[in-house]
Amino acid sequence: MTTVTTNTPPRDYRLSDENAQLAFARGLASADWYHTDVDRKAIKALMKRSDGPAIRDTLIWLGLLAASGAGVIALWGSWWVLPFVLIYGVLYGSACDARWHECGHGTAFKSAWMNNAVYQFASFLVMRNPVTWRWSHARHHTDTVIVGRDAEIAVMRPPDLLKVVLNFVGVYDVWYSMKALLLNAGGVLQEHELSFVPEQEHGKAVFAARVHVLIYGATIAVAVAIGTWLPLILIGGPRMYGCWHMLMTGLLQHGGLADNVTDHRLNSRTVLMNPVSRFIYWNMNYHVEHHMFPMVPFHALPQLHELIKHDLPAPNPSIWDGYREMVPAFLRQLRNEDYFVRRELPPTAKPYREDLHEI
Amino acid sequence: MSDWIDVCATDDIEEEDVIRFDHGAHSYAIYHSPEGEFFATDGLCTHEQVHLADGLVMNHIIECPKHNGQFNYKTGEAARLPACDHLGTYPVRVVDGRVQMQLSE
Repeated sequence: MTTVTTNTPPRDYRLSDENAQLAFARGLASADWYHTDVDRKAIKALMKRSDGPAIRDTLIWLGLLAASGAGVIALWGSWWVLPFVLIYGVLYGSACDARWHECGHGTAFKSAWMNNAVYQFASFLVMRNPVTWRWSHARHHTDTVIVGRDAEIAVMRPPDLLKVVLNFVGVYDVWYSMKALLLNAGGVLQEHELSFVPEQEHGKAVFAARVHVLIYGATIAVAVAIGTWLPLILIGGPRMYGCWHMLMTGLLQHGGLADNVTDHRLNSRTVLMNPVSRFIYWNMNYHVEHHMFPMVPFHALPQLHELIKHDLPAPNPSIWDGYREMVPAFLRQLRNEDYFVRRELPPTAKPYREDLHEI
Repeated sequence: MSDWIDVCATDDIEEEDVIRFDHGAHSYAIYHSPEGEFFATDGLCTHEQVHLADGLVMNHIIECPKHNGQFNYKTGEAARLPACDHLGTYPVRVVDGRVQMQLSE
């Protein structure tokens, strides 16, 4: 690993026409990204869809969610409820993100209706409008960590570390999500949403937001009517108290790495993780691989990693190691927002295109 | 006025697969269906400029390798978001074991 400092003007993350023009002029928007050369038959085999792994994992997920939720209801009012709340919270408030993500790509299941059903359910749990966020994520894959184009840059430079820490209990994200849902439900799409959601999708976005807001409104009404927090602990609340795992893993995806490049090896991070985190995260720890070949389903990512690892920086061996790399980079970016971690390639890899990237 | 352009040998494309074919300033995608027929469409996804020949062919659907926009390659019809606009399609024939596509001037 080496560290790199460059000198560029302060970053403007607004998805404005002006910033889009700038990104296009620099060859960064809708660019041709680097891909590791792979045998066509091998990648076809990895992209092949099947329902089995996702059905298995979804049954386990929903089963555990129901069991822990039942525990919360049964033990409500006793301290014994706490472990059930913690388990339910992570299964709801963190696992939802990976299900939203994989089913949004349409790769988790072979059957389109299963992808759509889980996508809609997970979108509600993670408090994201299923329509606007589908387009937001498409943009994230087109222009990954391109300033002024990518709507899903989790930590902008210089980093707002208070916001990052508060998001471990969902403070900023839930505020942002509820504001967006309420505006959408009122028929308003925000300026940045208008930049990537086509007009023919606006009606669907408004309808979806109204459904979400209706359910949250009903939950609050029931809580008030019966005089207990329990409904909010079961619905909505886990997006705050249970989202820490989503943040812990999600920040590692791009945190502290390069921006404004067209090589995912420079702006994405693969981290080896324990099996529990990989289940919650649905293998998105293989994040360079996912961005390079987004149509490979979650269950085939470990095999993809083996296929192309000769061309990638060595993965971080643990979440802890990833944070040891990322957190100091955030701290350095407080003083110098151009700083980032440049991850070294193995001798077997094709080198970074220095002529394309101001690195 | 139109021309038949030689593309490839029939066995250059596996069944239920696709290859990229560049001609002039344009890129095309040439498909071999499970029924043994050949088809041709524009080579780039209508959502973003991504080569469809890197995508997965399932039955009569080609999916974009970047965002999973899908198209029916027999008709060019967009079948899944984020693809909204249809693909152009082109006549294809097989002559003496060679795949040819017709381009209008």
